[in-house]
Amino acid sequence: MGSVNVNNVSLHRKTLAQLIAGLRAKEFSSVELTRLYLDRIEASQTSLNAFISVTREQALVAAEAADRDLAASRGGALTGVPIAHKDIFCTAGVKTTCGSRMLDNFVSPYDATVVAKLKAAGAVMLGKANMDEFAMGSSNETSYFGPVRNPWNTALVPGGSSGGSAAAVAARLAPLATATDTGGSIRQPAALCGVTGVKPTYGRVSRYGMIAFASSLDQAGTITATAEDAAWVLREMAGFDPRDSTSVEKPVPDYVGSLDAPLKGLKIGLLKEFFDKGLDPENERRIREALAVYEKLGAQLREMSLPNLPLSVPAYYVVAPAECSSNLARFDGVRFGHRCKEPRDLMDLYKRSRGEGFGAEVKRRIMTGTYVLSAGYYDAYYLKAQRVRQLITSDFTRAFGDVDVLIGPTTPTPAFEIGAKTEDPITMYLNDIYTIGANLAGLPAMSIPCGFAQNLPVGLQIVGPHFSEAKLLNVAHLFQRETDWHTRVPERFS
Amino acid sequence: MALTREQIENIAHLARLELQPAEVPVYQESLSAILDFVGELDRADTASVAPMAHPLPGLSQRLRPDAVTEQDHHELYQENAPQVASSLYLVPKVIE
Repeated sequence: MGSVNVNNVSLHRKTLAQLIAGLRAKEFSSVELTRLYLDRIEASQTSLNAFISVTREQALVAAEAADRDLAASRGGALTGVPIAHKDIFCTAGVKTTCGSRMLDNFVSPYDATVVAKLKAAGAVMLGKANMDEFAMGSSNETSYFGPVRNPWNTALVPGGSSGGSAAAVAARLAPLATATDTGGSIRQPAALCGVTGVKPTYGRVSRYGMIAFASSLDQAGTITATAEDAAWVLREMAGFDPRDSTSVEKPVPDYVGSLDAPLKGLKIGLLKEFFDKGLDPENERRIREALAVYEKLGAQLREMSLPNLPLSVPAYYVVAPAECSSNLARFDGVRFGHRCKEPRDLMDLYKRSRGEGFGAEVKRRIMTGTYVLSAGYYDAYYLKAQRVRQLITSDFTRAFGDVDVLIGPTTPTPAFEIGAKTEDPITMYLNDIYTIGANLAGLPAMSIPCGFAQNLPVGLQIVGPHFSEAKLLNVAHLFQRETDWHTRVPERFS
Repeated sequence: MALTREQIENIAHLARLELQPAEVPVYQESLSAILDFVGELDRADTASVAPMAHPLPGLSQRLRPDAVTEQDHHELYQENAPQVASSLYLVPKVIE
């Protein structure tokens, strides 16, 4: 692995705030930094497969421009900082595949708002991170471009669907990455790779140009090493976008400025449902140890129950496939994407283009969604699930009347072996048992590293009321001031 | 709940997906298992609960003024199309 030392600290081990300061002080240039990360990506591709596209030439051109801006003391908050974008975000002139054969030939004509905003803030794109196909998966094994491997142990999955983003930051192939979360796709891979993942409130970050999976659940967020890094990036990403009809018109608070607020008197809820029999005992010990850190910081713990929460996975596996079947109807082999060879007629063109272009899990979800929305079943499945979703949301609302945040595990177990859960979709779906609730209720939630079980990272999940990102980042940052789990890097990438 | 081969073929037709013969039994098994799994929702008493319409309470979908805001980019967009002629997307003949 490539490494450049400045003041005896390897550049790739610096936090985002340190990189920003170093670039401004001309301790190193954006070109040096960008080249370092590009070389690290290249050296890791065979073992991790974290990227679908690496945009070396564009990255170096952007880095040179950033260096000119830095020399002239111009630019934005992130000028010169390299970034990886999940391949679900459209990037003008760059292949955007969503992990699918369907879009293997798709060169986006425009930038997603998130990409444009980070570009305007000065970030330098390194490439497009690998992901589960159309963000449907919890292990990154459904990607058409092959699985991503966990940097802590390459026989294991990195989690999904933002597995490339999480593996890239864990192995320090990029200081930060964008990601998306529909049922846990930021938090679960962040937990399994030992990094910090933030899923903001529904509507907080624009989804324009972010390829849709389940529109009432999807939200864009960040994967970084630390909560402080996440605050820096989220401050640039968040905000109203007239091009996204679900975007909320609400000012973006200064997430960085509120990181150090004291936690004395913070009320933390512990959900009975998060400490169930499915939770690995060693994972649970790490979570309990983390809670002790919060008690030391003056927080109060309160046990509570959200009785409808156990129904979140079944509700999700009606709502998400239903919305996916509708969203993915746009892939018709006519306007863009894969088209089959020599179609006999229009129906054949649709069916074969879609049958060939989509992988097995995507087809499973489209068919599940088609079934639950079909005549005679809509009330029994979709409407029923949306009613249960209301019950789950009301549970959360009641809980946040009593406590400031909920804290618990992000996942039931640490990372599992590649291939271990591919045969049985429901076993795979249950990986997201602790994360899906926040999506159903539109809540912000994040995962931070809190130790190791079986030598693998364990994630601590923090969930808050709508638009409480500043509080979540504060709660996470103060934990990271007391612990050093977020600084750990797998040995071969250190 | 066990779905039949015919039901899977009908769902695939509605979804405009061509399945290989070997795929049908695989989806028969997994979709049946998924439907059993989501059947757990029946345990919840939802008689007096309205279905959720928006993830943020009190908010609904925003509408914009009905005004032209985008420019014509069809040439750029059609660069991604499998087959185009005279700015039109081509498909196999639909009307004899």
